[in-house]
Amino acid sequence: MWFDKPGLIIGGIVAGVVFGFLLQKGQVAKYRVIVGQFLFTDYTVLKIMLTAIVVGAIGVWGMLQLGMIQHLHVKPAILAANAVGGLIFGVGMALLGYCPGTGVAAMGEGSRHARWGFAGMILGAAAFAAAFPVLDKGFMKLGEVAITTGDKVNNKLTLPDLTGVSPWVYIASLAAISLVAFTAIGRWERKQGLR
Amino acid sequence: MNNQIEPANPLRRKRWNPYVVGALIGVLSWITFLTMDKALGTSSSLVHVAGLVESVAGNADNVTGPAANSYFAKEINEKTPMFDWQVFLVIGIFIGAIISSRLSGDRSTECVPGLWSWRFGPSKTTRYAAAFFGGAVMLFGARMAGGCTSGHGISGGLQLALSSWTFFMAMFASGVAMAFGLFGKGGRHHVV
Repeated sequence: MWFDKPGLIIGGIVAGVVFGFLLQKGQVAKYRVIVGQFLFTDYTVLKIMLTAIVVGAIGVWGMLQLGMIQHLHVKPAILAANAVGGLIFGVGMALLGYCPGTGVAAMGEGSRHARWGFAGMILGAAAFAAAFPVLDKGFMKLGEVAITTGDKVNNKLTLPDLTGVSPWVYIASLAAISLVAFTAIGRWERKQGLR
Repeated sequence: MNNQIEPANPLRRKRWNPYVVGALIGVLSWITFLTMDKALGTSSSLVHVAGLVESVAGNADNVTGPAANSYFAKEINEKTPMFDWQVFLVIGIFIGAIISSRLSGDRSTECVPGLWSWRFGPSKTTRYAAAFFGGAVMLFGARMAGGCTSGHGISGGLQLALSSWTFFMAMFASGVAMAFGLFGKGGRHHVV
């Protein structure tokens, strides 16, 4: 009940150190970079996220098809909760100027206001736990999308599950969209004299 | 701004190319999937921290045991213990950012960001209150949606999850709307 297996503890710390190191080197542990993305003056966040998604997807889906990994870790598709939660999240993130991971990295970099943000995050998590029994009665099931096979109901759906289209079509499209976006961003940055 | 000569050792540089950083985070995801059967994520560990705080503050019955709050029971249990993989991942993020910023000297004790000060004044109290409130709202939303920018955004995005892309679109749209609501178009010239 208290501690994960020792291997996972060490693995978690090592992966976290690498992740935090990369977030700091990527400049996303900075308020001005995060809020700059929402104001469209700095595209670092989108560059990092889209590249991570495309590169990550190639490896993870490749390993899945080769049988090197057995399953994915998809979160349930409950579209009202996903969307309303996302809307609430965006409001809080713009106000704080960090997301949870980059906020922790910002504390590592020294940011003082990030500490208050982190304290707020603990309160937010506790508040959600307190609200959950009521939300769970109806709202947390609203807009659930699931595929039923026999008596198994699966709501942890991927776009390939839902559409029957190969994941590689999605990955290739995502890569193409990202390349077009990155090219446009690069052109805009040169026009602004940013890089 | 970039007049100094970049240190030859990349670990001592302040800024890495964002595409390189993104690609390496992608590769890090491969490694956590392959060797630990885990996807990167941050926000559910805050539920663990909240549970720990409540336990220490004398409200342990609400977190563990037969009469526990149903959300704490769902999130903190035999499968995902109080100090689980992700809690250590988050501790690691903190340590990793300390190492990176110390190696490059890219430290900051920012209390009130320049943009915030331009719009709302230099008061630390106001800024800290806004950061606290923002953090609380953000985590409430993350737990409702089932993840945050890393768990839904990066991990869910790369798994092509319906839930995650729904979250990503919603959070980006509302983040943009909120940022323009807070700072206006004029804020774009004061992002420091």
